[in-house]
Amino acid sequence: MRVLQIIEPAYRATLEEQDDTVLWFTRAIRGAGAPADVLLIGTAVSYAARGQSAEGLEIGTWSQRHPPAIELEVTKLLESGARISAVTEDLEERGISARSIIRGVELLSRDALSGLFGQYDRIWKW
Amino acid sequence: MVPAKSLTFLLMDAPYEQTRTATAFRLLDAALRLGFGVRVFAYEGAVSLASTLQKPHANAIHGRSLEEEDHPTPHVWISALVQLAQERGAQFEWVNCGLCVDERGVTEVVSGVRRGSPADFWKMASESDNTLVIPTR
Amino acid sequence: MPSYLLIETRDPFDSSCFIQHCELAAALVRDGGKVTLFLLENGVLGARSTARLPQLEKLNRLGVPVLADEFALRERGISGAEIVDQVKAVPLSTLVDELATGAKALWN
Repeated sequence: MRVLQIIEPAYRATLEEQDDTVLWFTRAIRGAGAPADVLLIGTAVSYAARGQSAEGLEIGTWSQRHPPAIELEVTKLLESGARISAVTEDLEERGISARSIIRGVELLSRDALSGLFGQYDRIWKW
Repeated sequence: MVPAKSLTFLLMDAPYEQTRTATAFRLLDAALRLGFGVRVFAYEGAVSLASTLQKPHANAIHGRSLEEEDHPTPHVWISALVQLAQERGAQFEWVNCGLCVDERGVTEVVSGVRRGSPADFWKMASESDNTLVIPTR
Repeated sequence: MPSYLLIETRDPFDSSCFIQHCELAAALVRDGGKVTLFLLENGVLGARSTARLPQLEKLNRLGVPVLADEFALRERGISGAEIVDQVKAVPLSTLVDELATGAKALWN
């Protein structure tokens, strides 16, 4: 059963969780054998951008040791064999150029989404 | 005999924050009443739905006592679904994501709710006729 | 034929997402898919005949059924007489039935 995880919201509770919980979930189910790929849409296309850093969070006397490392998580998913796509129009709206995205992330136009969806048995939108 | 179809649902929202919670429970109820087996994976804030530490309260603005207000607590909803499932001989399974439980200190939960992981969700989804992820925003 | 259940829970006038989702629905139909649009929660705010939501008529012309949760309609004071022709009020159990067909379900 091939699964497409569509991720739309981004940076939601990522500092508290030290992860994006849907990227994390995707790694977890892939580890359990799920052939799951990812489509980044809307705000989440920002996850395809290189150069993200959430280091330096301090609250009172507490300092964060393991900030969320979104770029690393996306890269690890790619290295595990997951296909990760991002919607071109959503990137363009946000001024994220194709040159500045993580290597390996595919760019797909909205026109191509129907064809993409047809390749999966289940589509889970987060 | 044809085995009953089953559906898996993934919930994310903590109680009392979004109308999605009530909608989700309406869907679970509808699925049981239609004779489907129902499996729920509670992720993130949704693990708190099963907490038996939730307490109803009175409503002084409306002049209602504790009993009169009869304020809903989601863990009662879960128990009610368990009961409905038992009455109908239907499968009802609720799994809380364990790490989410730990983070949120959801130490006391409805009887029958078990702790699990995303691997359990994958198993549930693989064994069901369909799965609906109800995301948070 | 792949089938899709697009569940819209947000106010369609809140953002441009509803228009994009309708365009996606149209693309899925053009590519041979069967699509059902289910309006739920604030998604039903587009169901009044006096609302300005031309996307519903476009979807209807493509053969996409647009269903709306009866409870959500009533909760928002939208009576049967006010519902636009393109939308059919149904019980929530209809959504469960659609899920049971194996339709790929996307919750927006």
